[in-house]
Amino acid sequence: MITLTINGIRRSIDLPPDTPLLWALRDGLGLTGTKYGCGIALCGACTVHVDGEAALACVTPISAVANKNIRTIEAMAEDATGQKVQASWLNLGVPQCGYCQPGQIMAATALLKHNPQPSDADIDKAMSRNICRCGTYPRIRAAIKQAAADLEQPS
Amino acid sequence: MNQSIEFIADDADADSLSIVNISRRAFLKELALGGFVLAAGFPVLTLADEAPKKYGADAMPHGWVDNPLVFVAIAEDGTVTIVCHRSEMGQGIRTSLPLVVADELEANWLHVKVAQAPGDEVRFGNQDTDGSRSMRHFFMPMRRIGAAARQMLETAAAAQWRVPVTEVRAQLHHVLHPASGRSLNYGDLAKAAAKLPVPDRETLKLKQPADFRYIGKGEQGIIDGRNIVSGQARYGIDTRLPDMLHAVVARPPVLGGKVLQYDAAEALKVPGVVKVVALKSSPLPADFNPLGGVAVIARHTWAAIQGRKALKIEWDNGPHAGYDSETYRAEMVVSARKPGKAVRNQGDVDAGLDGAAQRLSAEYYAPHLAQAPMEPPAAAVRIVNGHCEVWACTQAPQLTRERVAKWLNLPEDNVTVNVTLLGGGFGRKSKPDYVIEAALLSQAMRGQAVKVTWTREDDLRHSYFHTVSVERLEAGLDTLGNTVAWLHRTVAPSIGATFGPDSKHQIPPELGMGVVNVPFAIPNLRVENPEAEAHTRIGWFRSVSNIPRAFAIQSFVAELAAAAGRDHKDYLLDLLGPPRRIDPRDMSDSWNQGESPDVYPVDTGRLRRVIEAVAAAAGWGRDVPKGHGLGLAAHYSFVTYVAVVAEVAVDEAGKLSIPRVDIAVDCGPQVNPERIRSQLEGACIMGVSLATLGEISFKDGAVVQDNFHAYQLTRMDDSPREIRVHLLPSNEYDKPLGGIGEPGLPPIAPALCNAIFAATGQRIRQLPIKDQLRKD
Repeated sequence: MITLTINGIRRSIDLPPDTPLLWALRDGLGLTGTKYGCGIALCGACTVHVDGEAALACVTPISAVANKNIRTIEAMAEDATGQKVQASWLNLGVPQCGYCQPGQIMAATALLKHNPQPSDADIDKAMSRNICRCGTYPRIRAAIKQAAADLEQPS
Repeated sequence: MNQSIEFIADDADADSLSIVNISRRAFLKELALGGFVLAAGFPVLTLADEAPKKYGADAMPHGWVDNPLVFVAIAEDGTVTIVCHRSEMGQGIRTSLPLVVADELEANWLHVKVAQAPGDEVRFGNQDTDGSRSMRHFFMPMRRIGAAARQMLETAAAAQWRVPVTEVRAQLHHVLHPASGRSLNYGDLAKAAAKLPVPDRETLKLKQPADFRYIGKGEQGIIDGRNIVSGQARYGIDTRLPDMLHAVVARPPVLGGKVLQYDAAEALKVPGVVKVVALKSSPLPADFNPLGGVAVIARHTWAAIQGRKALKIEWDNGPHAGYDSETYRAEMVVSARKPGKAVRNQGDVDAGLDGAAQRLSAEYYAPHLAQAPMEPPAAAVRIVNGHCEVWACTQAPQLTRERVAKWLNLPEDNVTVNVTLLGGGFGRKSKPDYVIEAALLSQAMRGQAVKVTWTREDDLRHSYFHTVSVERLEAGLDTLGNTVAWLHRTVAPSIGATFGPDSKHQIPPELGMGVVNVPFAIPNLRVENPEAEAHTRIGWFRSVSNIPRAFAIQSFVAELAAAAGRDHKDYLLDLLGPPRRIDPRDMSDSWNQGESPDVYPVDTGRLRRVIEAVAAAAGWGRDVPKGHGLGLAAHYSFVTYVAVVAEVAVDEAGKLSIPRVDIAVDCGPQVNPERIRSQLEGACIMGVSLATLGEISFKDGAVVQDNFHAYQLTRMDDSPREIRVHLLPSNEYDKPLGGIGEPGLPPIAPALCNAIFAATGQRIRQLPIKDQLRKD
């Protein structure tokens, strides 16, 4: 039995220690906002935050994050940066099918927390781990810039 | 929907029942029966009956339904629920179709909810979400649904007030009586309105376009937006049911293969694995049948994946074990260099070529592709008391229902297909093989809920692949550089072979995707289709055969312009000739996208206009920095006209980047311009992806690429820095609509390749571009 701290709540999970966090979240805890896309750290659909850093849940065994603070897309509405990112995503109509967008939002939120005013090159670097088959990249870029501008304004 | 007034009737519009005709499904059935005959060298579909030919939505299985009682429910609190019967896979249809209903209904969008229809075409009309048809076929039925419901509410209000109905009008969720200043909310009227007869179609008063509140505006965000950005949106793969088990399947690596023997002992030792089940392979043709193999059923997905790794399976690889992409390509080239079956012939091409001042030929290769939706195929099924319930990300819910019923030997009424959101589809999820797997595994578990998840490896190895093709073009130019003869040989395994005996020739829809219906004013023009045998499941991928045809034809036109020493745009416009409406049948296109040749002729004037518009917007002919180039391409598909100018940059090491792409589109009336733009942006990036990186290849009968390191997709850093979409204005809503999901894709690859030629002088004739530009 491994205890994980997910979105501020401690939860015990009865899965083998090598189980990837992705499947523990999805099948074990019902947090299906974190998506499967490739299983081997190639597409970013499973991006979560571990101690504030973007991490790929599909290659993160639960034993490695037992004492860490894990945050998923389901908690982003309560996160000051996450809220702005979600709002700019809606504002600019980023999602098409939407499947990769939780991962994109998690990656973008982590980027903005570390780098509140990212350049195009910074955005490319941070976001190119995430694949969007619908091709929403131009709007993702614009939405990150809009969220960055919104975060600059005192709310 | 608590306390909602049952605005939903028990029986669907009886008229819809009689609407049965050719469609992809009926069409494939015809094919399976060998229903094609050749007449005068041209493929013609033989119809089972002598009924007048039907087109558009009328020709689809179960046609259309425009009964408001089926599509609209109004609750006492005023909440309007509108049913969306088409599958949402990123095109925005769950927003755009209900917006049309809401507009005619004069509903306040803030009080509208959207309910997804289960698979039931008798009730809802055709649900096959493919072919860029949803808005094209359902714009008018949705308008009538909204208008009928509005008129019922107005009638109910007038009755309550005892005033003539002509004195009342609906406005933004209320019915008003201006003379007395009275007003009633829709919620207050729903109960009475629902008891009224549905007005006759002929008596409906549709809005004037000037009065549209939502149509043509594009001001509403997608209905699922909030759920998507908060991780609450539910896709097929997210389905969770009580006591649900999770399964993955080891499938035969080669089409037509089967399990010889297997050993599950190690798999069963994996903690969490519950059962290992052998699935029978189906005889070819592949159809929509599951591939068979060995399934591992477990308490969670990871255990199933680990269990599958531990299986020991010996395969019989069957008749296609020799399929090798390199060898096959060489065979296709040989085939393309010899005369083949003529599928269009006008003038005398041989004489035209012989008498030409200049002769050019070129061969273009485009490989297999996998749709690779970010959500791989997945489905959950449970069977309770002889009733099978499915949750699936499917583009074809009714087909899925029919096939699941057949495989489980249940009456169709005992199968419910719930349609989830689709994490991308692109044609893959039109084929319900993965849903049938889930149904068989639930059956094997005595009805317990089972979800089948396809891993990315499964998705790439066992897709219904985009075809592989060699397009050989030959042209003769006169002394002025004008094209006087055009010979196109198209060689590609056909979708037809997936569903019936392999004729080794392409079926009419494939020929009608930009090869026979090339609308060039060339006196001598012949199209031939030499043989190609299929060795894998060929299926439809967003824009289908238009991809290789646009790539070849639009590249070749640029090559001809260069040979003639002329500007590419001017040369292309000259080839199109004067604006005219061409009956597709005059180009030996018997298919015409399933649409009426009278309503949807090929209009070269519209194609000219998008070319001129994109050239103006992109600054065609402008000076560009060293290493940059502009490339043009135009293509007509899904009855929509698209032209593209790409600007590329190729640095000294040969690295390609794309600073800007301009896209001009004429799709007729625009219902949701904002989602049209997003579709075109997305098609552009998918086009860049297939042009630069996309390739599925086979060795020893099996797919080589197994995940995104090998089957690469364009990422943000390599996507165009700027995409400008130019929608040609159209507010004539009585004009026929064009498709939008697919037609943006075909012109991207040739525009890029033409731009690369302009930048570097290097001509790309083989996709993907990959490292062909690299210099080291």
